[in-house]
Amino acid sequence: MDFSYTEEQLLIQKTAREFALDHLAPCVINRDEKAEFPAEQIKMMGELGFMGMMIPEKWGGAEIDTIGYCIALEEINAVDASAGVIMSVNNSLVCQLLYTYANDNQKEKYLKKLASGEWLGAFSLSEPQSGSDASNMLAVAKKDNDHYIINGTKNWVSSGISCDAVIVFVMTEKGIGHKGISAFIVEKGTPGFSHGKKENKLGIRGSDTCELYFEECKVSAENLIGEEGNGFKIALGTLDGGRIGIATQALGIARAALDRSIEYANERKQFGKTISSFGAIQDKIATMATNVDASRLLIHRAAKLKDEGKPYKKEAAMAKVFASQTAMQNATDCVQIFGGYGYMQEYGVERLMRDAKITQIYEGTSEIQQLIIARTLLGNK
Amino acid sequence: MKICVLVKQIPGSEATFNVTPDGRWIQESGLPFEMNESDIYALEEALQIREKMGEGEVFVVTLGPDRCQKTIREALAKGADRAIHIKEEAPFCTDPLTIASVFTQVIREENPELVLSGLQSDDLGFGQTGVLIGEMLGMTTATLVVATEIQDEDIRVKRELEAGWFQWQTMKLPASLAIQSGLNTPRYPSLRGIMTARKKEIKDVSFNDLRNVDFLQSFKKLSIQHAEKHTEMIEGSVDEIVSKLVNVFKNEIRIN
Repeated sequence: MDFSYTEEQLLIQKTAREFALDHLAPCVINRDEKAEFPAEQIKMMGELGFMGMMIPEKWGGAEIDTIGYCIALEEINAVDASAGVIMSVNNSLVCQLLYTYANDNQKEKYLKKLASGEWLGAFSLSEPQSGSDASNMLAVAKKDNDHYIINGTKNWVSSGISCDAVIVFVMTEKGIGHKGISAFIVEKGTPGFSHGKKENKLGIRGSDTCELYFEECKVSAENLIGEEGNGFKIALGTLDGGRIGIATQALGIARAALDRSIEYANERKQFGKTISSFGAIQDKIATMATNVDASRLLIHRAAKLKDEGKPYKKEAAMAKVFASQTAMQNATDCVQIFGGYGYMQEYGVERLMRDAKITQIYEGTSEIQQLIIARTLLGNK
Repeated sequence: MKICVLVKQIPGSEATFNVTPDGRWIQESGLPFEMNESDIYALEEALQIREKMGEGEVFVVTLGPDRCQKTIREALAKGADRAIHIKEEAPFCTDPLTIASVFTQVIREENPELVLSGLQSDDLGFGQTGVLIGEMLGMTTATLVVATEIQDEDIRVKRELEAGWFQWQTMKLPASLAIQSGLNTPRYPSLRGIMTARKKEIKDVSFNDLRNVDFLQSFKKLSIQHAEKHTEMIEGSVDEIVSKLVNVFKNEIRIN
């Protein structure tokens, strides 16, 4: 077991860190306030290879392993968790799904553009009445010769407005639960496909989250990914990888909270001493740092298992539940260490607290992660 | 066009230094190392010239111990085609003439049309390597270069002079140019670049095998200056305080 980064991993980290500080940090508070999508920055990230990191070069990607991806994703999220989720969704959900389940024609047509950053992708599973219980979805696709007609409403779609194509899960057969779910890729601009307004969110405000509407939307049967009825399996398989991504997002936020706390505690003076000399602050910093390291180790273990082609469902769930808990705790403690200043927008740490919360909710809530861990251990379905 | 870029690895600017027990060098363990700043710009200029011309080769030459491998890979990840690593072990040579003569032997074999180096290294700061190499190789030489333009057999360069003045100079190729920081926007290595860097060639040569002159200078003793703050209370009438303060500004802090 080797805990040190390779030369390449160090260079990936340096590149991601420098990019984030140069191009994401300067207006991050402004984008958060205005809920502005970091379009220009995402384009640059695509050119550098950040949007399809784990995809082979042949399909437009950078062909890096999952640990290398996590190293870069942590750096982006430590500066801007909105850009971080856009990157995570495109990499771990969209590109990974197409790479694993799409046929070569679909890869040629879509994966190349999505992995190279020419296009941005979205992943659409949730509906207003079906979140954790995906098999309760109402959106349908009806076969019509060599086409499908999609009808329904999806929600909470990250990058739903800015994306060029979306992978959408709908029922192709009703009454058989999740076995009737199928996955399609639908291009922006397809007649009958539209999006709702940008949701006004607590955190990750730079990412554009919206509803998607499908009204008699006709897509070619060539856009069906895998077989009819395989959608649920595809979604769950992809979400395992997605959890590594969101766990890493949480890690980035948690680390930022730690870094900012250390910096501030060493500067801020009260009673004639820096507050870092007080036991109460030291105790917080020590716990924050330990949990950041534990999160990273859990994440990298899951990533390594994934790279080795071994099962990693339980490990990814553990990483996500722990890292997201750490993000929330560290961000809250960071604001506490900053005191009144932490509560003010201009210090940029209240944003960490708002951004952290979503990591306990999306791509499987913490409660669902606990369920996955327990079921794997207890052997029940 | 074949372009050679000299790249040096130096301790990071935010590092805290300690002197080794023998007083001849800094303690390296735990120090972060990075690519010398003006070399980053020299490399970028070389890559941009290659791109503008649509053909050519950019190779980097580095002198230093094994740790320099990291800096070499970074240059390769940014787009250099290959590298030559002149390996040396501590105690390191700090004599510009010896360094230049070793570089010259390596570069002469390659016969490049352009040699780009950073204006100076941010650690030792002699600023001589590029000039000496140009002289030893019989190339036209320019320092403080802030813009380049290839014109067939010639190269037009913009040089920074004093007091905000600039000079355009047309020179014959081959040329050795010492590049000033800030003349372009250095790229990030792309992730694909990082992954393909390991497949690129790094040729190792030995410093000691190439060394053919005696060191003309070496470090006798290294010391680190510690800045000390002191506070001085100025007392007296308002007029006295003002004139004392003006004196401090003029003669001690030297505000113009």
